[in-house]
Amino acid sequence: MSVLVYCEHAGGKFKKSTFEVVSYAAEIASMQGTSLTALSIGDVSNDELAILGKYGASKVLTVSNDRLKQFVNMAYGAVIADAAKSVQANVVVLSSSFSGKGLAPRIAVKLEAGLVDGAIALPDLSAGFKVRKTAFSGKAFADVEVTSAVKVISLIPNSYKVVEKAQSATVEAFNPAIDEKSFAAMVKEIVQASDKISLPEAELVVSAGRGLKGPENWGMVEELAGLLGAATACSKPVSDSHWRPHSEHVGQTGISISPNLYIAIGISGAIQHLAGVSSSKTIVVINKDPEAPFFKAADYGIVGDAFEVVPKLIEAIKKFKNTHG
Amino acid sequence: MKILVCISNVPDTTTKINFSADNKDLVTAGIQYIINPYDEIALTRALELTEASGGSVTVLNVGDPSTDPTIRKALAIGATDAVRINAAPRDAYFVAKQIASHAATGNYDLILTGRESIDYNGSQVAAMVGELLNIPSVSICKSLTVDGTNATLEREIEGGKEVITAPLPLVVSATEGMAEPRIPNMRGIMSARTKPLNVIEPVAVPQLTAIAGYDKPQSRSQVNLVDADKVDDLVNLLHTKAKVI
Ligand SMILES: Cc1cc2nc3c(=O)[nH]c(=O)nc-3n(C[C@H](O)[C@H](O)[C@H](O)COP(=O)(O)OP(=O)(O)OC[C@H]3O[C@@H](n4cnc5c(N)ncnc54)[C@H](O)[C@@H]3O)c2cc1C
Ligand SMILES: Nc1ncnc2c1ncn2[C@@H]1O[C@H](COP(=O)(O)O)[C@@H](O)[C@H]1O
Repeated sequence: MSVLVYCEHAGGKFKKSTFEVVSYAAEIASMQGTSLTALSIGDVSNDELAILGKYGASKVLTVSNDRLKQFVNMAYGAVIADAAKSVQANVVVLSSSFSGKGLAPRIAVKLEAGLVDGAIALPDLSAGFKVRKTAFSGKAFADVEVTSAVKVISLIPNSYKVVEKAQSATVEAFNPAIDEKSFAAMVKEIVQASDKISLPEAELVVSAGRGLKGPENWGMVEELAGLLGAATACSKPVSDSHWRPHSEHVGQTGISISPNLYIAIGISGAIQHLAGVSSSKTIVVINKDPEAPFFKAADYGIVGDAFEVVPKLIEAIKKFKNTHG
Repeated sequence: MKILVCISNVPDTTTKINFSADNKDLVTAGIQYIINPYDEIALTRALELTEASGGSVTVLNVGDPSTDPTIRKALAIGATDAVRINAAPRDAYFVAKQIASHAATGNYDLILTGRESIDYNGSQVAAMVGELLNIPSVSICKSLTVDGTNATLEREIEGGKEVITAPLPLVVSATEGMAEPRIPNMRGIMSARTKPLNVIEPVAVPQLTAIAGYDKPQSRSQVNLVDADKVDDLVNLLHTKAKVI
């Protein structure tokens, strides 16, 4: 019995969501009285790999193979399932990132393992193996009982705190068999939206809706987000009207996020919008209509015209940053 | 081109969700069911592709007879025919096994699903079907074009997108942007009644997961309103009380 965690990286650097899954998996290993092995695929320096020890991995397996330079879920799934077998893992953990969503189901099928996709908390081992996830687009939680011998869990970014331990890991090469057939799908191009903070992983999010009237008014939204180091998001009608890209659309039919702070500007708070943001830890609503339903789902609110309130908020944040560094 | 579109039957997006007293079951009374919104996107893209280059679109649902109205709606939107695998969906693995077992003999060039079903939000089925059939799958795609026996897709990634090419047969899960869902017209609704809906029995699948119970998020306490002229107070509260900045 052991726990295996798959560690995503971007250009050779591990992401915060990776430290979250390693911390989470380390806690499961300790609950089970076993050890944690971390697996990395692609070119990552030994120094960077060793960092995983700090979050609880006792061993790091690294797969360096020219065929695996780019993510292909079919090939990566096979490698991760292989590694799980070689360390006799009974629990496999990975991030519920965009890539993780195409990967976890493949690993689960290979291992005939029950999969909990989108876990938000540690498993409850008091009776069986139960993992909590959100269901009905944030309107409820479901506790999923995993009855198979091997379990696969993908963890929602930002739902588990990074925990540092005074520990170090040994790094070993892992050389799985590679099946050429699993590279049938090929990455032709990766388009990164410059240096923007990725929305699913963002700790702070500034979002705006139809109340902003048109795309030309997003300057203040971006300025506020920039000051806070926040990602930007929007409501569905905003992306439907092409004021903002679809990748910013949050809600039931967009993406679900759970940042520490969600600031909603000129968004009414329709149930389908709330579905994607209700698990945010703190919600601030700025709306000129005191009856806007969003105020019922908010922690803090300002009733007022966004075109007056947001510039004031920008000034207030600047002042705050000056005094708090 | 022969396309299979997998559709799930989910509570309407405005539905309030309630559970039985022991929190073990969803109370279905009074819930209006719809085609999963992402599956409508997939269905529409399938129709666009076959309208442009010929072929057929089969919709498949794993469900009991209560899902027939949802399947008929997909036929009204324009699907050629439908298959219902006669079993209440137990979990994503169960559903994927049923889909794969049907698709294994169906000679489909493309199998489309939604990015996730908005009830259990699994986003598992597409890649499971790909793995079971040992063919490529690409999840969460905002565009899909087909040229001969090759497809080009745009997949969402953190902070950007990836352009992917893959040979058919292929499994693709659709998200916002791939197509604008269509509303059925009168002719579609009339013809849907006579289109074939084949009911087939499920294959046996080992049980790997089960829902042990449900819970509802705690509702937030009353909103703390800050005066529009005292924005500094809000910043202070976010720093000292909420501790988020
Ligand atoms: C199947 C389905 C799925 C859906 N999925 C989603 C989804 O995933 N995400 C989503 O967001 N929506 C979704 N919707 C749409 C949703 O129902 C709402 O229509 C949408 O969220 C409304 O967007 P909005 O709040 O930006 O616009 P509106 O509802 O038009 O609200 C605008 C708000 O701005 C305020 N306002 C106007 N001017 C100002 C000003 N100067 N200053 C301050 N406030 C101002 C108004 O008081 C109002 O509250 C879905 C709908 C359906 C049917
Ligand atoms: N019962 C079902 N019958 C047919 N297709 C389904 C069913 N459940 C899910 N799917 C398909 O799989 C996709 C992802 O579902 P899920 O993995 O459950 O989030 C959905 O968008 C559908 O396309």
